[in-house]
Amino acid sequence: MNGTRVTGEQTPVGSGSIRKLRKLTPPWLRREPLSLWLAAITVAGAAALPVLYLVVRAAESGESAVDSIFDFDTVAILWRSIQLIVLVTLGSVLIGVPLGWLTVRTDLPYRRAWAVASVLPLAIPSYVGALAFISAFGPKGLLQGWLEGPFGVERLPDLYGLTGASVVLILLSYPYVFLTVRATLWRLEPEMEEASWSLGRSPWQTFRRVTLPLLYPAIGAGALLVALYTLSDFGAVALLQYDTFTRVIFNEYNSAFNRAAAAALSLVLLAVAVSLILIEASARRRARYYSGANAARRRRRIVRLGHWRLPAFLFSSLVTLLALGIPVFVLVYWLTRGVNAGESGLFDWRAVYTSVQYSVAAAVATVIAAIPISVLSVRRPGLLSTGLERFSYVGFAMPGIAVGLGLVFFGIRYATGIYQTVYLLVFAYVVLFLPVAVGLIRSSLLQVNPRMEEAAMSLGRSRINAFLTVTVPVIRPGLAAAAIMVFLLTMKELPATLILGPIESRTLATSIWTAAEEAFFARAAAPSLLLVIASAAPMTFLVLRERSRN
Amino acid sequence: MTTEISNCLARRTILMALGLASVLILAIACSSDDSSDSSENSGPSDEGEELIIYSGRSESLVAPLIEKFEAATGIDAKLNYAGTGALAATLLEEGDRSPADVFFAQDPGGLGSIIELVKPLSDDVVGRVPDWARSPDNLWVGISGRARTVVYNTDALSPEDLPETMEGFMDPAWKGRIGWAPTNGSFQAMVTGMRLIWGEERTREWLEGIVANEPKVYAKNTPTVAATGFGEVEVGFVNHYYLHRFIAEEGDGFAARNYFLPGGGPGSAVLVTGAAILKTADNDSEAERFLEYLLSADAQRYFAEETYEYPLVDGVKRADLLPELASLNTPDIDVSDLGDLATTQNLLREVGALP
Repeated sequence: MNGTRVTGEQTPVGSGSIRKLRKLTPPWLRREPLSLWLAAITVAGAAALPVLYLVVRAAESGESAVDSIFDFDTVAILWRSIQLIVLVTLGSVLIGVPLGWLTVRTDLPYRRAWAVASVLPLAIPSYVGALAFISAFGPKGLLQGWLEGPFGVERLPDLYGLTGASVVLILLSYPYVFLTVRATLWRLEPEMEEASWSLGRSPWQTFRRVTLPLLYPAIGAGALLVALYTLSDFGAVALLQYDTFTRVIFNEYNSAFNRAAAAALSLVLLAVAVSLILIEASARRRARYYSGANAARRRRRIVRLGHWRLPAFLFSSLVTLLALGIPVFVLVYWLTRGVNAGESGLFDWRAVYTSVQYSVAAAVATVIAAIPISVLSVRRPGLLSTGLERFSYVGFAMPGIAVGLGLVFFGIRYATGIYQTVYLLVFAYVVLFLPVAVGLIRSSLLQVNPRMEEAAMSLGRSRINAFLTVTVPVIRPGLAAAAIMVFLLTMKELPATLILGPIESRTLATSIWTAAEEAFFARAAAPSLLLVIASAAPMTFLVLRERSRN
Repeated sequence: MTTEISNCLARRTILMALGLASVLILAIACSSDDSSDSSENSGPSDEGEELIIYSGRSESLVAPLIEKFEAATGIDAKLNYAGTGALAATLLEEGDRSPADVFFAQDPGGLGSIIELVKPLSDDVVGRVPDWARSPDNLWVGISGRARTVVYNTDALSPEDLPETMEGFMDPAWKGRIGWAPTNGSFQAMVTGMRLIWGEERTREWLEGIVANEPKVYAKNTPTVAATGFGEVEVGFVNHYYLHRFIAEEGDGFAARNYFLPGGGPGSAVLVTGAAILKTADNDSEAERFLEYLLSADAQRYFAEETYEYPLVDGVKRADLLPELASLNTPDIDVSDLGDLATTQNLLREVGALP
């Protein structure tokens, strides 16, 4: 681990001349404008609304809400949640980081195809994924059926519990790490790696001691998203029979009909989320990840994998086979069975249209909303900017039903005009998915030397012009990855869409849910497959653009 | 020259931003168009033609029925589908500002939690169902019935292997062979029934006996039935009608069937879905007509034949493959008494059945 020091806290290359330039820059140029602060505060304030709602709800019933926390074996349930979070986060990093590196930096065969395929598990709703894995690998699933004839296997080991829940959640959420790492790698300046190579280090040593430390902010951001997602997931853990904190909260809403207890428990969940956020923050180094020269446009060397090519290929294939192949296979199986049984009208194109519409709107709105917070937290690290940035994460950790109800509470009182319209729904998506965009944009911004923008301003550019012409082109992979991730997450979002969606609207996710809920598997399979296909489009577009740029 | 390049870059970026912004606006405008479109279709006529229904019953089950209702009455029904719990909470948050006219719920527990938001129904509506299937104050009315039952795997068991009553499953011989869904509302309603009929002590003993047999815990009825059919467990405690969905989906070879306990008791309790009209309803008469429609012979026949539920109205026959309601040995309790979930949940937690 000594190697990490080499780059993580290294003085940026050419910093001497930059420091001189910085002295020449007048202080007013270095300060961020007030409007940026106002925008950031507004966005963080919006993200705070659901929390405020929970406090109101829990406080209303006073002590009984607090008591309800102790009705449960809270410590034991928290411990179970933490075990799951640790396993899923570790697993996602172990899959997401190598896969990200392989698809950007190496001569891995078909690496663009893997890049698209490796993102798609993110589009599979967790309850559909869990259902598919149970059908395939359950004690009496499809696999057991095939093994029974030739091998006499009567029962496979249980998929349920901690092991099954972690495996399924890892396969569905490693793309958070994969995408953040990829966005950063794409703009990583090559000179340090080149220096390492020129000093005779092998590609593996270079990766471990140079590239990996440079990726820490991206890995941290991705891992935090995985951890928070695991904390808030309900669908997979319920089907895989692993009791976590979110299950208790859903039970309060859905079978106890006790909003106050649910709110109090959600606040406990938030406390866990805040601890995770703080852990990630303390792991962040005060380090710069950019170099002095604008090397962004230089051609990167592709790492030749040599005899590692086959293992790397097998690794990528295995991940895609498990995370995407198995669910898609089971979905196709359900669908063909339904079609053979004469079911018709399985494909609802209007739902595709509605889903894409919501998701595009959510992606654009979320990325725009994330920019002020990201810029301030990178450029003006301080109590306020860091606080705003950390705060933007809470929505992601909350059960979607709590965010939905929070916006019902505020929407119907103070925004009647947009209640049950797409506007409030998109607002909810922004609150839910803001941290995804902030994490990605932030780790891209860390790669941009702010002096470049300042230099542009000292040459007479306006601030906006300098940001747009100097910074935006460099962070474009981050912006694109953020938009894609929010798009995918919105495509499959369920609880807030159900509660806040316009009356009579139907998305792919709600169609899947309403069918799966009543065991109409063929009718659930059709929109699930459409969801995966529609989600593949933006990532394919991005990967093809990358090719045309190289 | 560099200025030109960067100006060009700035222009491109601004253009892209503008493009994205217009996509955003278009996307939003289109979808608000959609909603105004549909209201325009019915809009020119007066607002009395509309009806807003919050349905905790799944769209896949009730959408065909809603279409029939619209065709029969000309009323434009607008549906908000979600889980019963989520809708109950939404209604409570909306309070007296709620746009909803009708709440159609999966279980009486959901209706009970919003009881202060609903208004009494006319005798004409509630009079159509038996007394046990409605709220004593006429605040909600049962729409369709579902029986608690035991689903068993036909490869592993035949009906003779199964006990007369639920108490038989306390036998250690059932260790590792039972599946249940303790977080499920219908299951909890059954346990509430046990408390009413057997009393606290005996119910606790029963729960402890089952927990000692290490049942597999499923999220709800559907996965329990699936697991029984695939042989993960040999018996499951569920509502009766899910089995018929699986047979429709998997074919007759699906290796599970229902076993209605001959000894009856709480294990054969009949539960209901129900509906209520909200105090905030703007469209009273349409709401009333909707409930009347749900209790019409037409709609009741739909529940009997399409969703395999028990009709609650006299003169409509159950699906042929179901045993007669009267033969189920149903305990003598009103479904409205099954709403005391808090005590039941505490009991379930104490015996370790709930987290």
